[in-house]
Amino acid sequence: MSATTSVTSSGSTTTGRTLPLTEGSVFQRILRGAVTPGGAVFILAAILFVAVLTANPSFGEPPQLIRFIGRTAPIVIAAMGQYYVIVSGEFDLSMGAVIATQVVIAGNFIGEDESRVLPALVLMFVIGAVVGLINGLATTLLRVPSFIVTLGTMLALGGLVRYMTGGAATGNPVDSFREIGRGTIDDVPVLEVLPYSVIILVVVMAAGVWLMRSPFGRTIIATGDNPDAAALAGAHVWWVKTRAFILSSLSATIAGILLVGYAGVHPSVGAGYEFQAITAVVLGGVVLGGGRGWLLSAAAGAFALELLFSFLNFQEIESTWRPTVQGVIIILAVAAAGRAWSLGRRPSRTSPPAAPAEPAPSPTSARPGTETGEN
Amino acid sequence: MSATTDQIPEAPVESQESVRRRRAARPKGPRKQLDSTTLIYLVLIVVVAASAVLTGIEGRNFFSQGNVWAVLTAMSVLGLIAIGQTLVILVGSLDLSVPYVVSLATVIAAGGMMGLDSNISAAVVNTLALCAVIGLVMGLLVSLLHVHGFIASLGIGLVVSGYLGTNYQGSHGAAAPDLRLLGRSGIAGWIPTAFIVLLVCAILVTLMLRYTRLGHHVYAIGGNRDVARMSGVRTATPVIVAHVLCSVLAGMAALLLLSRTGVGSPTIGSQGRYDLLSIAAVVLGGTLLAGGKGSVVGTIGGVAIFAVLDNVMGVMQVNPFLKDFVRGLVIVLAVAVYARRSVVRRPPRFGASRPVLPVPSSMGTSTKGDQA
Repeated sequence: MSATTSVTSSGSTTTGRTLPLTEGSVFQRILRGAVTPGGAVFILAAILFVAVLTANPSFGEPPQLIRFIGRTAPIVIAAMGQYYVIVSGEFDLSMGAVIATQVVIAGNFIGEDESRVLPALVLMFVIGAVVGLINGLATTLLRVPSFIVTLGTMLALGGLVRYMTGGAATGNPVDSFREIGRGTIDDVPVLEVLPYSVIILVVVMAAGVWLMRSPFGRTIIATGDNPDAAALAGAHVWWVKTRAFILSSLSATIAGILLVGYAGVHPSVGAGYEFQAITAVVLGGVVLGGGRGWLLSAAAGAFALELLFSFLNFQEIESTWRPTVQGVIIILAVAAAGRAWSLGRRPSRTSPPAAPAEPAPSPTSARPGTETGEN
Repeated sequence: MSATTDQIPEAPVESQESVRRRRAARPKGPRKQLDSTTLIYLVLIVVVAASAVLTGIEGRNFFSQGNVWAVLTAMSVLGLIAIGQTLVILVGSLDLSVPYVVSLATVIAAGGMMGLDSNISAAVVNTLALCAVIGLVMGLLVSLLHVHGFIASLGIGLVVSGYLGTNYQGSHGAAAPDLRLLGRSGIAGWIPTAFIVLLVCAILVTLMLRYTRLGHHVYAIGGNRDVARMSGVRTATPVIVAHVLCSVLAGMAALLLLSRTGVGSPTIGSQGRYDLLSIAAVVLGGTLLAGGKGSVVGTIGGVAIFAVLDNVMGVMQVNPFLKDFVRGLVIVLAVAVYARRSVVRRPPRFGASRPVLPVPSSMGTSTKGDQA
């Protein structure tokens, strides 16, 4: 929600006119938001949820549901991390490699030593931040396209991790560390169990929403929409983008910590997470190329994707067809989204007739080809 | 060579005035600025020299007949895919489906041949036609439905990979003996036929980009699709053609692979990671990832660097996992060397009066900033 408001208001605060997205009742605004792809993904997730429910009614029981959310937490967190990078106009392909690195560090550094859990966590977050910093600085200061930088980090980190582990599962962190990912609080009313991963997910989500409403959040969207304009308006584009990369790597770190609980310690944990996360973000209606999309839509995109997989599981479709269905869904969702953004962003009927002549055009009319042609 | 990389859709006849202005707009540093294609070949020479030394330390000769053959063979598959990728990137799209198209093409071709020479032509035509159809679908998605190339090709790649995973387990079919012979044949034992195929394709695509209307439209659309459209260019056709050619070239690369391996494999493409490596080679070759600027010549240079590196790491028996580490490092460093320069150096298109914004550039910036 914050994203759209900020982009639009930055466009025409000078005119002082009420914006189409800030007027009307809450219900009207929700309705208007739902026709944009960022809102439509919630509807898609709801439809998929109902579909899963009809296929397997027990899925709707609170304990089952909360466990599902717990299982989905790593990919949702990764998708939210990827969101910052994508909305700032870049890509982060190194996510999977970062996850693998963190998992292997956890496995080998902690071992069976209880006292090493805290130092290891600090180390993992530091490494995550450093990888993000390298990605960000190489992208912004060396001006290497982020696709290439993060591809390089992905190859380098992945290669290093496989080299050090010999490509096989090594090490086994102490159980208390694994509890972060798979542990639960028992005896909770209604839910019965409350996985720690759900708590972490909620905290990360809340922090993310707060971040996107802070000046940094506004700046990052402005930067993704038009870096030149953002720079001229006084934003430190390089630092904003670098922070986006750091956030992405830190999200990957958290996802890695959670995955240690679910999966074993193997260098192939996290493989493909980067594309999974990008898919989720795009499914959430976030535009590749930056400047448009909501954080929570990215999270909803990840949920929709996982619900889709659950649905396919319950339908007893051969798991080998999973990628095919995923591919078709992505293409359809994005094709539909491309239309919806332009529909949702057109000057609405409530705006004064002078709108087309306005000197501060909305981002869409300035760059109509963003969703498709560029970058 | 330098002219193409400087000026995008270069008109065949350029007025004196515009030439003068373009020259005047060139930054006059104390040292002569190199364009990225020259630079990539300088880097290639450095890499070859270093490899020759390293190979020499191992007691082998880098320029021996067998080694040159090996390097050129290694170049041919990635090279063909990278040529297609160059086209797609130039037009402002991206193709992540190539590894799956390659895998599909090998199983379809090998399944069609079944080890019989009489089936070759039919199998080859079938395979390439199938690839063309896949490319056509992607092109239509990108140009008509306005799906971003990244997503369209990722989606198509997933669709194909699901089909492959469901219908093919393990290797499938067999290559015809004649095709396998082709894989081993060459000129004077130095230049494999596969490399000649690569060269011919590279020359054809370069000619297409330089001298045909379609080629100029490719640059125009990659530079700025809306400006091209408003200038009267039909934006759909070049995008579709680029995607079809990319998939067909991937199919040809698959046939070359098949001529070496002898059997179709449903995982050969994803094992080779041709999607990311071909994109890396294209960018290494000085093509802007945002589209609109670059050349096939540069791409071949980028592919050559990869092939030489792989070769020398093979000779030195580097741990295969460490190879990836080196590869990643080289990609970032090499691109860092000239990525900055190639973006900044671009001359202002409409006279020198246009103010140059001191904006940190990147993939996104270069699109929006330079083509405004």
